[in-house]
Amino acid sequence: MKLTTLTLAAALIGGAAWAAETAPKDVVFAEGGAIEVSLTGVAGDPVEGANVLSKRSLGNCVACHQVSALADVPFHGEIGPALDGAGDRWSEAELRGLVANAKMTFEGTMMPAFYKVDGYIRPGDAFTGKAPEAPLSPLLTAQQIEDVVAFLATLKE
Amino acid sequence: MRFKAMTAIAALVAAPLAVMAGPDDDELVINGEINIVTKTAAPAHLDGALTEIYSGWRFRSDETQALEMDDFENPGMVAVDAAREVWDTVDGSEGKACASCHNAVEDSMVGVKAVYPKWNEGAGEVRTLEMQVNDCRTSRMGAEAWKYEGGEMTAMSALIAMQSRGLPVNVAIDGPVQTAWEQGKEMYYTRYGQLELSCANCHEDNWGNMIRADHLSQGQINGFPTYRLKNTKLNAVHDRFKGCIRDTRAETFKPGSPEFVALELYVASRGNGLSVEGPSVRN
Ligand code: HEC
Ligand code: HEC
Repeated sequence: MKLTTLTLAAALIGGAAWAAETAPKDVVFAEGGAIEVSLTGVAGDPVEGANVLSKRSLGNCVACHQVSALADVPFHGEIGPALDGAGDRWSEAELRGLVANAKMTFEGTMMPAFYKVDGYIRPGDAFTGKAPEAPLSPLLTAQQIEDVVAFLATLKE
Repeated sequence: MRFKAMTAIAALVAAPLAVMAGPDDDELVINGEINIVTKTAAPAHLDGALTEIYSGWRFRSDETQALEMDDFENPGMVAVDAAREVWDTVDGSEGKACASCHNAVEDSMVGVKAVYPKWNEGAGEVRTLEMQVNDCRTSRMGAEAWKYEGGEMTAMSALIAMQSRGLPVNVAIDGPVQTAWEQGKEMYYTRYGQLELSCANCHEDNWGNMIRADHLSQGQINGFPTYRLKNTKLNAVHDRFKGCIRDTRAETFKPGSPEFVALELYVASRGNGLSVEGPSVRN
């Protein structure tokens, strides 16, 4: 009995959290590519954001960007600009847009869209090389995007 | 605040990260006698997309480069020696070996790899070297086809490629192969997968740059088959294509598929003028 009640409560909370989240297809980009409204309504955690930038299995942003604040993470790429000072150059809304879908800011950019689920050519099931069996998930969750934005906002020169 | 403090330490550590930039100036001479062109003017059909083309050898560390400068050091030669025996070994219902029709590999196969993939008039198709080898096995020897990117096939293509080392890659791009070439070109610029990356994004726009720990080359295939230190075996071209497409979070194509044959023709043509180098050594 107790358990059932708990489960029910959990389901309600889970549902509520989900409802507050903006799904990838519902994201509204302003002119110039910014996203004004938080995707979750929950403040981003910059420490977790740093983790997302660093981990190969998450954002792997350092594959392309050099970030001095993450110098303890080995091997930063040089495909995109160094992110030092990104928090000076861009507002929070602009950073959110850049991480969710940089193509809305820089047309044709090589940077992948981290919060998008369709419009791909031969998308695969992650790195298996196989066709996906279920609908695609975005590369990062809504909260991970907010965490990354919170971290980028700390990058001031 | 926390990140500010990290930045100070970071500046000290970060400098050595940006070590490499572009290809190096080393020259490749194998066994002290085979001169390999690893840098030359880009072929006209690249329309200025690249002005100079470089073998992937130029982007590897001195240690890796050295392994390819001497056949006794080249770890790919073990498989080549095995293929040499297979060349002379009868297989299949017709009682024939490769040597039954082609005599000594050192004589008959000179210059062959340099012009593949190429049009086969009788079959009316573009053929890779692997397709030709399997056609000989099935229709002339009565033997079973080898797995397209399998060990026996890759070793045999390495033995054949080796007979052309130092000769310029010179695949035809017009006439009957033109449709396949156009298809391959289109694929080269298609942004596949959930990461939406094309071959050109990495190998045309960013060669010479680091992508995480990897030093990006122009993705040339003049050195195939390639012995990779990473998986300690000879690798077929289509296996590499498969890996690169998989890394864009895409559904790949199959080794030996018409798509990869077309892509191979196009990518090979981007290297027209570089020397045949296989079996090469890469990391
Ligand atoms: C495959 C390469 C690649 C990856 C991976 C990548 N980026 Fe980028 N990024 C770029 C490029 C290229 C640009 C420059 C935009 C342009 O001109 O095309 C860019 C631009 C940016 C900018 C704006 C540049 C500035 O002024 O600082 C930010 C911020 C940014 N990226 C953050 C990120 C974050 C955060 C991630 C991971 C979640 C990430 N990038 C992953 C390639 C990449
Ligand atoms: C996300 C980046 C990326 C993309 C996209 C990509 N590659 Fe690569 N490729 C690499 C890396 C990294 C290596 C290993 C370092 C090197 O040789 O460039 C590599 C290596 C290669 C090599 C081996 C070169 C040698 O000298 O042995 C070939 C050939 C190649 N790629 C072809 C392709 C083709 C064709 C495509 C498109 C179907 C493609 N790549 C797409 C990153 C990429």
